[in-house]
Amino acid sequence: MSAPAEEKTASGSRGSEPPVPDGAITVTVKIRRFNPEFDDEPRWDTFEVPALPSDRVLNLLHYLKWYVDGTLTFRRSCAHGICGSDAMRINGVNRLACKVLLKDLLAGGGKATTITIEPIKGLPVHKDLLVDMEPFFEAYRAVKPYLISYGNEPTRERIQSAADRERFDDTTKCILCAACTTSCPVYWTEGSYFGPAAIVNAHRFIFDSRDEAAEERLDILNDVDGVWRCRTTFNCTDACPRGIQVTKAIQEVKRALLFKRT
Amino acid sequence: MSDALILDKPRSPRRPAARRSNFELYSWLFMRISGLALVVLVLGHLFIMNILDGGVHRINFGFVAGRWASPFWQVWDLAMLWLAQIHGGNGLRTVINDYARKDSTRFWLKMLLYVSMVLIISLGTLVIFTFDPNITG
Repeated sequence: MSAPAEEKTASGSRGSEPPVPDGAITVTVKIRRFNPEFDDEPRWDTFEVPALPSDRVLNLLHYLKWYVDGTLTFRRSCAHGICGSDAMRINGVNRLACKVLLKDLLAGGGKATTITIEPIKGLPVHKDLLVDMEPFFEAYRAVKPYLISYGNEPTRERIQSAADRERFDDTTKCILCAACTTSCPVYWTEGSYFGPAAIVNAHRFIFDSRDEAAEERLDILNDVDGVWRCRTTFNCTDACPRGIQVTKAIQEVKRALLFKRT
Repeated sequence: MSDALILDKPRSPRRPAARRSNFELYSWLFMRISGLALVVLVLGHLFIMNILDGGVHRINFGFVAGRWASPFWQVWDLAMLWLAQIHGGNGLRTVINDYARKDSTRFWLKMLLYVSMVLIISLGTLVIFTFDPNITG
């Protein structure tokens, strides 16, 4: 760590001469960056990136980190829309960087394309696009997202009909990427709200016929930070990279509370 | 709380246990029902006051006195006053809950809200029931 503090890294972690494929177009990538060691406030950094229309936004970030600026910080793991690590705000909406294709962001009519990338909102930013996920997981843990059953353990597997499985099928798809929770205006202003993701994962067990703790979870979500805070803005449904009908799931929990059916 | 528990998940903030209260449920339900009632009450009120029979120009002391001589309009206005105050107040309560950053700010804003609600509801109710059309002097 002998390099001067503010000096921009000349190259990325894989060198400074990136391969540029045939047919690549140059797009402008504007990234909201924050380095807690030097910056008081987040700042915008702009890069020109050669890319193919078939590239994902994650490829652009890889290009920047590997060949332009190795200090660029973001999370990603599987890069195929399953692990839920790379949720970020792309052109103002929460998306997984590994699921958004460049061709869907290109400006029409031969105009230059600018892509803005910000960290997801409502969680403390550690560095650049990397946020502290702990408040998100705290809300997740608080709804008891695991099977609870009382009485003797069964001697064989817990059987469930296809119809009973169908009731919570949608909410089993959650990958905990936090795209929904950090798109919620209520969560932005009040972080103690459980948020869509925690409610989705509560829904997954509340409506599971094998689970016996629906009442406990409904009590938790009936309180001041629970489902009644939802304003049905549908940001969460729009943000979910797995296509979960998040707002519908929240409404189903509200209905279960109103009419006491699970 | 034992030390072992604190060390169990050191970075995990703890939430207070659920209060097992249906207050938020009823407040949510009240907003829906009172909202529907207010659509009828307020639109009806605006129609009578501003459009029917020459509209706003015919409103004077005698008009108000005539209306409040009937228990029907007394109940209408009373319902409108109470529902609008509680509906609006509850809406502001949720806004304060969402946007107040500090617990003390939240507490005092809510106190201000509740006091203003009580004052306006009491004053309005008092006027509706003690209105005397026979003024002299």
